[in-house]
Amino acid sequence: MEDKQYMEYIHTHAQKSNHALTLVWAFLVGGFICCIGQAFRDIFEVALPNWDEGKIAALVSMTMIFLGSFLTAIGVYDKIGMHAGGGSIVPITGFANSVVSPAMEFNKEGIVLGMMAKMFVIAGPIIVAGTVSSVVTGLIYWIVELIK
Amino acid sequence: MEIFLGFVKAFAVGGLVCMIAQIFINKTKMTSARILVMFLLLGVFLEFVGAFKFIEEFAGAGITIPITGFGSTIVKGAQEGAKIGLFEAVTYGFRNMAGGLTAAIFFGFLFAIIFKSHSKKA
Repeated sequence: MEDKQYMEYIHTHAQKSNHALTLVWAFLVGGFICCIGQAFRDIFEVALPNWDEGKIAALVSMTMIFLGSFLTAIGVYDKIGMHAGGGSIVPITGFANSVVSPAMEFNKEGIVLGMMAKMFVIAGPIIVAGTVSSVVTGLIYWIVELIK
Repeated sequence: MEIFLGFVKAFAVGGLVCMIAQIFINKTKMTSARILVMFLLLGVFLEFVGAFKFIEEFAGAGITIPITGFGSTIVKGAQEGAKIGLFEAVTYGFRNMAGGLTAAIFFGFLFAIIFKSHSKKA
């Protein structure tokens, strides 16, 4: 094999195994984060028997967001994210990361226009998508209730 | 044993959701904002067609901890509100987002004040 061909061979194979590896990492880290969430859910269900399911779910989310924010703040979450990719982005902790990370980064550009504004660089689209879906589905359900 | 099985299911389904996201990242070079919006809308869709509760019964936190769970609570709120009136129908979805958003924004503010940026070092 010529040098050039060999380099190409190595390149394509390295990329393939790289892709496979990112999937494994995403699976393991994502699964692990969900297990932590499951643990909080089990604990809160026992500790707060008077709370309904929705409130428990919100509390679990908030706890996970706290953990994601804190790990981002001390610089751990971004290190996890380097390997985990989707495994650290998609869980709710990744949403927290997407808020805290730009907030910290742009803090030096000022509190109002730096931190407070740039906080929503990634979270903004999520809030917009969420709010629009909320109104649209709400209207549909309302019309359905009217017809009933 | 039942609790252990719950963890296995949460791990498997949660891992799978994240792996699907990673496939999208690898194939399309999507940024995290797009991925998050896509999975949020997936959660909205699954809840709206009624499939989410079956997945949740099986996987528990495996589907509620990914951002799909956020989408699902929005639709649940809208559904609940629609039974009361028009105002509640269009606002209760956002009300269900309130806890998560409050936590993210407050901790974002707090930690940005307390800690200095680490991401710049890398």
